[in-house]
Amino acid sequence: MSLLHVTIDGIPVEVEKGTTILEAAERVGVKIPTLCHIKGLMPDGSCRICTVEIQNRGRSKMDTACSAHCSEGDAILTRSEAVVKARRGILDMLLSNHPTNCFSCPSNGECKLQDLCYEYGVKETSCPGEMSNRPVDDSNPFFTYDPNLCILCHRCVNTCHKIVGCGAIDTMERGFESVISPAFGMPWRESNCESCGNCVAACPTGALTSKRKQNYRPWQVEKKVLTTCPHCAVGCQYYLMVKDNKVVGVEAADGPSNHNTLCVKGRYGSYDFIHSNGRLTDPLIKDRSTGEFRKASWEEALDLVASKFQAIKREYGNGALAGFACSRSTNEDIYMLQKMVRTCFGNHNTDNCARV
Amino acid sequence: MRMEDRNSLLERRETAQQALSAYRCRILVCAGTGCIASGSQVIAETMRKLCQDLPNVEVECCGHVPHIGIANTGCQGICELGPLVRIEPYHYQYVKVKPEDCAEIVEKTVCRGEPVERLFYESQNGKTCPKPEDIPFMAGQTRVVLEHCGNIDAVSLDEYIAVGGYDALSKALFDMTPDQVIQEVDRSGLRGRGGGGFPTGTKWKQVAAHTEAPVKYVVCNGDEGDPGAFMDGSVMEGDPYKLIEGLTIAGYAVGATEGYIYVRAEYPNSVSRLHYAIAQAEEAGLLGENILGSGVTFHLHVNRGAGAFVCGEGSALTASIEGNRGMPRTKPPRTVDHGLWEQPTVLNNVETYANVPNIVLRGADWFRTIGSDNSPGTKTFSITGSIANTGLIEVPMGTTLREIIYDIGGGIKGGGDFKAVQIGGPSGGCLTREHLDVGLDFDTVKKYDAIVGSGGLVVMDEHTCMVEVARFFMSFTQRESCGKCSPCRIGTKRMLEILERIVAGKGTLEDLDKLEEIAEFVRKNSLCGLGKSAPLPVISTLKRFRKEYEEHIVDHKCAAHVCEALKQYKVDPDKCIGCTKCARNCPVEAISGTVKQPHAIDPDKCIKCGTCLSGCPVGAIYVD
Repeated sequence: MSLLHVTIDGIPVEVEKGTTILEAAERVGVKIPTLCHIKGLMPDGSCRICTVEIQNRGRSKMDTACSAHCSEGDAILTRSEAVVKARRGILDMLLSNHPTNCFSCPSNGECKLQDLCYEYGVKETSCPGEMSNRPVDDSNPFFTYDPNLCILCHRCVNTCHKIVGCGAIDTMERGFESVISPAFGMPWRESNCESCGNCVAACPTGALTSKRKQNYRPWQVEKKVLTTCPHCAVGCQYYLMVKDNKVVGVEAADGPSNHNTLCVKGRYGSYDFIHSNGRLTDPLIKDRSTGEFRKASWEEALDLVASKFQAIKREYGNGALAGFACSRSTNEDIYMLQKMVRTCFGNHNTDNCARV
Repeated sequence: MRMEDRNSLLERRETAQQALSAYRCRILVCAGTGCIASGSQVIAETMRKLCQDLPNVEVECCGHVPHIGIANTGCQGICELGPLVRIEPYHYQYVKVKPEDCAEIVEKTVCRGEPVERLFYESQNGKTCPKPEDIPFMAGQTRVVLEHCGNIDAVSLDEYIAVGGYDALSKALFDMTPDQVIQEVDRSGLRGRGGGGFPTGTKWKQVAAHTEAPVKYVVCNGDEGDPGAFMDGSVMEGDPYKLIEGLTIAGYAVGATEGYIYVRAEYPNSVSRLHYAIAQAEEAGLLGENILGSGVTFHLHVNRGAGAFVCGEGSALTASIEGNRGMPRTKPPRTVDHGLWEQPTVLNNVETYANVPNIVLRGADWFRTIGSDNSPGTKTFSITGSIANTGLIEVPMGTTLREIIYDIGGGIKGGGDFKAVQIGGPSGGCLTREHLDVGLDFDTVKKYDAIVGSGGLVVMDEHTCMVEVARFFMSFTQRESCGKCSPCRIGTKRMLEILERIVAGKGTLEDLDKLEEIAEFVRKNSLCGLGKSAPLPVISTLKRFRKEYEEHIVDHKCAAHVCEALKQYKVDPDKCIGCTKCARNCPVEAISGTVKQPHAIDPDKCIKCGTCLSGCPVGAIYVD
C-alpha cells in the first residue's frame, strides 16, 4: 500500500492510510494533549482538546487529532495560534463548570485539567455562570464520586463498557444537566458496579477518587515497585506505591495479562496485610501440653507436617489425603502441590478454589 | 392475497381501479395530525352514520348497489382551515367543517351533487374557491412527494396501487439492474432532504460498493424534531406506501435486505400507519421474502425514537436503534462504511426516499426539469408562525421566500409587516425582508448564514422580539444537547445565560461581544452538526438585528413588547381621573398619587403583575 506524506509541525512523516493524526504525531515525538482519548478504543472525541489545524491545498480546517485521519499532503499544526485559541476556549468552558479549590482535591498534583490549564495559562474562566451542584456519592466502599468535578470526558464510561465489559455507568440527562451515573441515578453501591476501580484510574480529574488517597498526596510517593498481584493466578502486574517505607496504594501496570487494568481485590485488597500486626512471620507449632503456639524453624515445621502425612497414609491408606490449593497461589505453586499429591500421597485428590 | 409476479400487480391495479371508479361518491376526510386535532375523526364518524341511514345506499361496498366511500386521507395541506373534507367526484373542498355541517353536506353534496357554498374557502380578495386547486395556497404548489397525500385513503394498499403505486418498484426489479437504479438516482441530482443536501446517488454508490459486507442496512430518518416542522410526519402518515416503496427500491439498489424506519414516538399516527402498511405490503408480497417473485428480499422494521432531538443526527440515530444512548460519534468511519451495527448503511430522510419512486418511474431527466440546477426536484415546507395560512406545502427548489409567504401563505396574519423567517429550525438562521427574493435551495440559503434544513419555516412579524427568538432556540438546543462534547454542552449554556440576562434587561454590551465569541467557538469546535449549528440563530439575529439587542441592553426596551422584564407599566396623566383604585389594588404599593390627581407608578417597585392595568376604569394605564 502506498504511504501518505504529511508533516506535523514541519516534521515530515510517512503513514499508512487510516492513521490518525494523533498516532502520526506520536511517531515523530510531537505531543498532542488529550483528555478523553483511551489508546486502543474508538476515539470518543468529546473533550476536543486535541484539536489541531490541518492545512492542505490552500485550505485550513480544525479537527480533533484523535479521530481525524491523515490525508496526503496534510500540513498539521499542533500549536498554531488558532489551535492554542481553541484549546484555551475549551479549557475556559470546562473551568466555568469546575470548582477551583484544588488544595482540598485528592487529585491535586495529578489532575490533567489542572496541568493543561497551567500549560495554556488559563487561570480562571472568562464566562462564569451556573455550576453543577449535585450530591457527592460516597456509597462505594472503595472510591468516592463527586459529579461536580466531572468534565464528562467519558473515559470512565468507555473503560467500564469497552474494557471491563461491565457497563455499570453511563451518561444520564441532557444538555448542561448531563451527568455520569449508575443506572437510574441509584447510589453507586446499589448498582451492578463491581468496584474494580478502573474508572477511578481512568478519571483525569478528581471526580472519581480512591478513598485510599486520603492517606497520601501524589508527590509524597517515594517509589513505585513493579510487582505481581498475589491475589490470584492471573498474574496482573502493578506498582506498589510506597510512602514512609509503607505500601499506601497500587497503580496498574501494563502487564501481559492485565494491560493497565485490575480487579477490586487487586486494586483495593491485596496488600493491606503487609503491615498487619496479625501477620505470621514465622512457622508456629502448637504445644500439646499448654495449647499455646510456639515459634519454630521452617525445617522443624516441614518435618512435622511430612511425618504426620506419612502417618495418616500408613494408617488409613492413600485415599485419606487430599491437597487443596488456595486461589491466591501462583500457577507454579499450584502445579507443585498437585505434583506432591499425585507422587507423595499417591492419589488424584487435588483441586484449588480459583473460581473467579 | 400474495402477488407472486409482475402480472399479478397489474391485475390487482385493474381491480382496484374498477373498485374506485364504482363509487358513486367518496368523502375524503383529512386525517393528518392537524385535522385530527381539530376534530376530523368526529366528522368522519358523523358522515358514516348519516350515510348509513340513507335509503338505497351502501357504505364501503363493492357490489352493484350505489355505494359511497368514506376515507381517512393524509394531510390535505391547508392545516389552518381544518377539519378539511373533500367530496369526489365533484371535487369540492370544504374547510372548517363542524359536526353540525355534516347533515347538510350529505343531503346536498353526497345525495344530489350540489355544493354547500358556505363551507368553501374564501380567499383574501373575497373569491370563493370550490375546488382545492382554486385556493391560492394550493395553486402555487408542485406536488410530487405529496402527490397522493390527501387524495387517497392513507392506509389502503389497493388505493395506492390504483393510482400507480408500486409501478416504480416493479420497474426497478424487473427492468433495471441495481446499478441502473443507482445511476438513475445519481443522474437525477437528488440531494438529501434532511437538510444536509448530500447527493443521494453518491451515498448509495458508496454503500453498494461494499460487496464484502455480510449484511447492509437501509435506514430512514423520520425523527423530525425541529420546532414547527411536520413535513416528514405528513408523508409517513399520509402516504406510507410511497415511503415503503422508496425504501424497498433503495434496498434493492444497494443490496440491503434489512431496513429500519426511525420514527419519533411523538408521531403515533405515523407509527401505527407505518406498522399497518408494512403488514399489508408483506401480505401482498411487496415486502419481505421474494418480492413479486423476483427473488429479492427486503424486510422493514419500525423503530420508535424516545424523543431526543439529537437522534436526528445519523450516528446518534443508529446508536439509538442499537439500543444505546443516542449520542453522535466522531467520523471517520462514516455511516456508509460503518453504520448500523457497524455495517455499511444508507441513511436518508423520509422525503428523500419518497422522491425515489417517481425518479425511477419517470426518469432522472423528468426530475431535473423541476427545481434549480444544483438542487433539482421539489421541497416540502411546513409554514407556521405569524402567517395567514399555516400548512404543509411542496414547491420546486429555488422558489423564492416571497412566493411562499405571500402567494402561497397568504401573507402575514392580520396583515402585519413581515419581519423575518426562521428557516432550518434551531439549527438554521433567520432570513429577513432583504432576502424575500432569494430562491430557497441548498446552496443559496447557505450564503446567508442559514440552511434549508428539513424545511421548517417559522414566519415572524413585527410583534416578534428577535432576542427572545434567539433565547428560545438556544434554550431548545441547550436542553437537547446530548452532553457529550464540552463546547456544545457548556457553550450553549453560557450563551443561554447571556441571552437570559439580556431579555431580563440585565445584559451589558460586553455580554454581546462574549456572546459572539462563544457562538463562534461553539460553531467551530463542537463534535456534531447539532453543536456546530446551535449558534446559528444567535449569529444570524446578531448580524441582522443587532440594534434590537442593543436596545434591550442600553435602553432597557423591547420594541416588540415581548420581554416581560422590560415592559414598563405607565399612567397616562391625561386619562387618569385620580380615582385611587390602582393605588389601593397594587400589591406592592408601587402607585402613588392624591385623589383626583394623576397617579404615577414607581418602576423600581412595580412587579409587573398587571393588576392596575386590568382594574383601571378609564384605561389610563398602558404598557410601554
